[in-house]
Amino acid sequence: MRARVYWPITIAAALLVGLLAYGLTTTGTDTTLDDAMARGERVQPPEETPLPMLGGDGTGSIADYKGKVVLVNVWASWCAPCRDELPLIEKAHKMLSARGGTVLGIDVKENSDAARKAVAEFGLTFPNLRDRDGSFVRHWGQTGYPENYVIDRDGRVAAVRRFPVTQGWLDKTLPPLLDEKD
Amino acid sequence: MRALLAALLTLALVAAPALAAPPRASLPDIEDEVMCLECGTALNVSNSDVANQERDFIAGLIAQGMTKPQIKDRLVAEYGPRVLAEPADDGFQLTAWIVPILAALAALAAVVLVARRWRRRGSGGPPGAAPGGPRLDPDDARRLDAELAAFDR
Repeated sequence: MRARVYWPITIAAALLVGLLAYGLTTTGTDTTLDDAMARGERVQPPEETPLPMLGGDGTGSIADYKGKVVLVNVWASWCAPCRDELPLIEKAHKMLSARGGTVLGIDVKENSDAARKAVAEFGLTFPNLRDRDGSFVRHWGQTGYPENYVIDRDGRVAAVRRFPVTQGWLDKTLPPLLDEKD
Repeated sequence: MRALLAALLTLALVAAPALAAPPRASLPDIEDEVMCLECGTALNVSNSDVANQERDFIAGLIAQGMTKPQIKDRLVAEYGPRVLAEPADDGFQLTAWIVPILAALAALAAVVLVARRWRRRGSGGPPGAAPGGPRLDPDDARRLDAELAAFDR
């Protein structure tokens, strides 16, 4: 006996499965950067849309700092480990800016008043961009807070740190990149 | 009559501003329509640090006397459109709007198809046939009567 095929139900079920698969593949964590770092490669950063500047008009992006070594620090004042890390990041900025580099802060998922208060509280002197809803850092495969990405003078991602930095990691990572010629 | 008209006019003048004024915003009324951006849940069921900061921000806007629509506009300006607890109308989130509509249309079509099939089946028998099925075979009818009679005894 031949089984009867109910085409509308079959097509609807296939569409639902396809939708689920699409949702799972597009909302998962992007591991492109981590895979490249594990292979010891430097890669171009994910394509970026300019973000609003914190405490100023206009927008900015990592590409604005090409030719400099940039430590991109992902932070938010509601994140306790980020607050613990900020003094170290400010210290790194002072070292970097003396040698043609900079820290670029990416303040994530917080209102500008709270972010400005934190900048004043920690005496941060590096520029900050606002990733209002976290869509920027998602393209970097962000998994938590804080995170740090190091960009070399050619604008390539040279190092990724998915948890708070230490002075030892900064000392090991930044000076060799600063020593490289453009 | 003139006195009654004057009284009604006075009442309308007094009541109009009260009716026109938007209701005062409150935190519980807004919390369930706003997302905790980090937790992915509505703000009224989130107790994380980021949710508490969003809540403080809303409380500050309420204290400034802003209305609910003004507060939602300000939230979108500060956090982007994802802060509102409704799916975006572009990209993958568009499916959240389209799929329920398509599902409702498919269900409606299924009901119409099934109803038409039942009607055809109901009116498709031979003349004099009982609705919903063919007439019983005389042998079967005799057997059924005998069985029922046995039950009555």
